[in-house]
Amino acid sequence: MGDYLLMMVTAIFANNILLIRFLGQCPFIGVSSSLESAIGMSGAALFVNVLASSITWIVYNFLLIPLELTYLRTVAFILVIASLVQLVEIVLQKTAPALYKSLGIYLPLITTNCMIFGVAVLNIQEGHSFLETLVYAFSTAIGFSLALIVLAGIRERFAIGRVPSLFSGVPIALLSAGMMGLCFYGFIGLGQ
Amino acid sequence: MARIVQEFTKGLWKEVPPFRFVLGLCPVLAVTANVSSALGLGGGVIFVLLVSNTLISTFRKLIPSKIRVPVFIVIIASAVTIVELTMEAYLYSLYEVLGIWIPLIVVNCLILGRAEAFARKEPVHLAAADGFGMGLGFTISLVVLASFREIIGAGTWFGLQVMPESYIGFELLQRPPGAYICLGLLLVLMNFISFKLEKPKQTC
Repeated sequence: MGDYLLMMVTAIFANNILLIRFLGQCPFIGVSSSLESAIGMSGAALFVNVLASSITWIVYNFLLIPLELTYLRTVAFILVIASLVQLVEIVLQKTAPALYKSLGIYLPLITTNCMIFGVAVLNIQEGHSFLETLVYAFSTAIGFSLALIVLAGIRERFAIGRVPSLFSGVPIALLSAGMMGLCFYGFIGLGQ
Repeated sequence: MARIVQEFTKGLWKEVPPFRFVLGLCPVLAVTANVSSALGLGGGVIFVLLVSNTLISTFRKLIPSKIRVPVFIVIIASAVTIVELTMEAYLYSLYEVLGIWIPLIVVNCLILGRAEAFARKEPVHLAAADGFGMGLGFTISLVVLASFREIIGAGTWFGLQVMPESYIGFELLQRPPGAYICLGLLLVLMNFISFKLEKPKQTC
């Protein structure tokens, strides 16, 4: 139990997927300009990340390893993730229209989110068991949401503040992400 | 011929990724702590872009437009697998350093973006020139950012000492948060240059 807790804390803070490992930058800069869209994206990412990690783990361990096709990992994973996102979109649209309305526009963006693919590959590289995979996927997504939502809060303040024109938009977002990264970097000794 | 040159050079300044479009930032931040890993990843990206653009353009009339994205992804993923296996076999130390970032070339928005925006509409020679130019522009951007981080951060370039021996590196730039700060400042600098370049035109 303690191991899982440590894994969660490390994945959320010390090895924050966005600020320290740099996975998933596109939505980080792209959707962080308003708090509402940041929350929507976080929900979609959490959902897809856990689902994609568990399915790719099953595909790798029960399909690619027995067939000795492990070198096809990249091709197999990206296809699984792309079709999974499509499937989730269709299922949500039919069964939970309310949820689809709030997450819908973020789902297509998820396919090109390297966090999903990156976490799937990391799970394999680090030899996680199925339960560890679930915990890891869940906590990386929580770390992602935390950083995304905090940055969105900061950027909303910048929208009404007076930012020098050379810095406005992406540069100031990157600089504030750097400052946030420093805060998260302070946790680095925690996992050892 | 002129068209080829034009498509090639637009990737180098006018539409240079990742600075003009802030897409595909993940590797830009992650591998730029030193110049050699930046160059290694850049090489991989050039190869993948060249192969994917050429193949997609060759088969552009055969690929049904409804399922084009999965087809593109399979082509790109195969090219990435080639890079992955080749690096593992011949450049093992680089492969160790880049780690997860080699398979992650698949999800770099730049590559799918070029396939979607350019290669599926244009003939093969132009698509190849575009892929090569964009890849080169991307590599140069990576190297510029990495040079800045390595020289100021550690006092070395390509592992060679360039600053005086007594120089104590500005450690922050070598660490993850420093990547954001450097990239932010670099974008400000680019804004400043464009601003200075445009100003005389307006007064004329």
